[in-house]
Amino acid sequence: MALSKKDILDMESLSVDEITLILDTADRMKEISQRPIKKVPTLRGKTVVLFFYEPSTRTRTSFDIAAKRLSADSLSLSASTSSMVKGETLMDTGRNLEAMNPDVIVIRHTCAGAPHVLAKILKSSVINAGDGMHAHPTQSLLDLMTVRENKHKISGLKIAIIGDISHSRVARSNIIGFTKMGADVVLSGPPTMIPMGIETLGAAVTHNVEDAIEDADVVMMLRIQKERQQQFLFPTEREYSMVYGLNNARLSKAKDDVLIMHPGPINRGVEIAYDVADGPYSFILDQVTNGVAVRMALLYLVTGGAHHADTD
Amino acid sequence: MPTLIRGGRVIDPGHVNDILDIVIKDGIIVDIKQNALEKGNDTDFTVIDASGKLVVPGLIDMHVHLRDPGQEYKETIESGSRAAAFGGFTAVCCMPNTNPVNDCRQVTEYILEKAAKAGAARVYPVAAVSKGLNGEHLCEYGELKEAGAVALSDDGNPVTNSRLMRRALEYSTRFKLPVISHCEELSLAAGGAMNEGAVATRMGLPGIPNAAESIMVVRDIALSELTGVPVHIAHVSAMESVRAIREAKRRGVPVTAETAPHYFLLTDASVKGYDTNAKMNPPLRTEQDKEAVCQGLADGTIDVIATDHAPHSLIEKAVEFDRAANGVIGLETSVPLGLKLVDAGILDISGLIEKMSTNPARILGLAAGLKIGLPADITVIDLELSYQIDAGRFQSLSRNTPFDKWDVKGKAMMTLVGGRIVFCDKNFKS
Repeated sequence: MALSKKDILDMESLSVDEITLILDTADRMKEISQRPIKKVPTLRGKTVVLFFYEPSTRTRTSFDIAAKRLSADSLSLSASTSSMVKGETLMDTGRNLEAMNPDVIVIRHTCAGAPHVLAKILKSSVINAGDGMHAHPTQSLLDLMTVRENKHKISGLKIAIIGDISHSRVARSNIIGFTKMGADVVLSGPPTMIPMGIETLGAAVTHNVEDAIEDADVVMMLRIQKERQQQFLFPTEREYSMVYGLNNARLSKAKDDVLIMHPGPINRGVEIAYDVADGPYSFILDQVTNGVAVRMALLYLVTGGAHHADTD
Repeated sequence: MPTLIRGGRVIDPGHVNDILDIVIKDGIIVDIKQNALEKGNDTDFTVIDASGKLVVPGLIDMHVHLRDPGQEYKETIESGSRAAAFGGFTAVCCMPNTNPVNDCRQVTEYILEKAAKAGAARVYPVAAVSKGLNGEHLCEYGELKEAGAVALSDDGNPVTNSRLMRRALEYSTRFKLPVISHCEELSLAAGGAMNEGAVATRMGLPGIPNAAESIMVVRDIALSELTGVPVHIAHVSAMESVRAIREAKRRGVPVTAETAPHYFLLTDASVKGYDTNAKMNPPLRTEQDKEAVCQGLADGTIDVIATDHAPHSLIEKAVEFDRAANGVIGLETSVPLGLKLVDAGILDISGLIEKMSTNPARILGLAAGLKIGLPADITVIDLELSYQIDAGRFQSLSRNTPFDKWDVKGKAMMTLVGGRIVFCDKNFKS
């Protein structure tokens, strides 16, 4: 089966079958990264542009490594080194890049919908690496992969997502992704960080973090940004950690085989206690490892790899 | 040559609703009656056959942005007043948020000069409440009135300082300049790109709550009550605002209000796909708000339909949604969109003409209507003509409308300003 989509923009536009195909492909890709020679010729001659309007270390590196392991040529552009600083619009930058015939444009942007607008005007494949507060589909896919790998299923699991839901594209994509695959998603966080109408995405909301964690199969903590204090969303990191932070006492309410996840970067001592982040239930670094596999799978699938090459 | 408008259904809300002829001499209506001239006696007249058409007092759009001076690539007084004439408007009120701001005699006079030269719809300048729209000092209302301003507003910006708003209301009465208020509580609206709610949450866009509007509506009602001075609320979008205005009117507070076609026809669902033509301030709200606005129009809570015609070029609109400018154009779509209210049974024809002509005239203190002795500002409308809106053919220099390709019914066929034909549809033979 091949992926019929040109672009990977959000979890909403992916079907259950497409998600399953991506996860299955990622499972097979993962092995490549464990070889002594971590490179296959599959995407030789393909060009992948990593276009990051917003700072990123993890996601950009992950895409870069994924492209290189498949022998694609990848190059990075950031807002500060592109013509953006000279006042060029996103559409013009996109059209100029396209004139150099790249195969895939991976874009991260501070504005929601930017990848969608770009995808509409470009023939190249566009992969959304995070747009504003909207979507982060590759993160959601790597989270789904991590859960499926360790629980051998997704359907029927209880997934607790805790923190600043309002500002989180990871939360939005995971609510949609996990509910689509049959899991129950429960959200918790300060009432100031729960956006209006979020339940219409299919998640339940509780303001009591213990209720969210109780019997959870997965507890996903979100990063708390200090600057949100200026928007009156929470008073102090100290109080946040006391009321909402994941510590061992709270964790004991979850299932015995709970997975603790975090999209990173983590704030130790704020949303997650130091020892919990490093503890036996933490799969935070497995997520990062799987991120490379998921992105290899996506680059492979959107370039039509399944039609004319195999993963060896 | 005198003009005869023959055989149309003449509607002047509250006065006339009949098949009548209108006789115009020297730009003035001199007679309105049945069979004003026998056929054969009309050879000295320009005869307009309006049979089967509606003949109404010239439509007035009391809330437009003509972008001139300063942003002439978006619109000019010439193109905007011509777009108005094509849309059936004999007059528009242009907001002062130009560059430079219309806060002094020179800018007001410049606008009037350019409008006179354009010779399309009348242009009534709205001057700023505060110098530079900065909310710090009152403008010189006396001189602005003398120069030709018809109203005051800091539109685009709210008057955040309540004391300044109070004094503006009081001081303006000496010059009979009504104050139009853009109601927005900036600290609540800050950073927002669309209506706050389920759609914004799903799209990951920062939201603007209804309360950002209604809080200021309630404040302005309180200030109107305190001073006894009328206040006109611009572009009402939220149900809480409608409710507050309805309740205030019931108590006798001299508040009036306007809304725009996009608020009674669209909801925030139009933003899906990150369509920047559906981005405006205040934002498109929910189905409930849309219904409340319609109810407010039906029961008289909302007096006026204006367009908030806000031209922007692709430079401002073909960008990321967060970064796109607020505003949609409306002059050339307002008549057919307003008629959708008649189709839906929310207003009758007479009620619609009230909201698009006689009510704005009353609020602005302008003489208007189809009466002997008044200037012949007249719009002829075909209620039956069905067509598709084509933004590509607009007179406006801008194309930012969410209504492009809509199937509509009803169109202005002819617009007369002071007896002069400033627009005649190519399919309308006079």
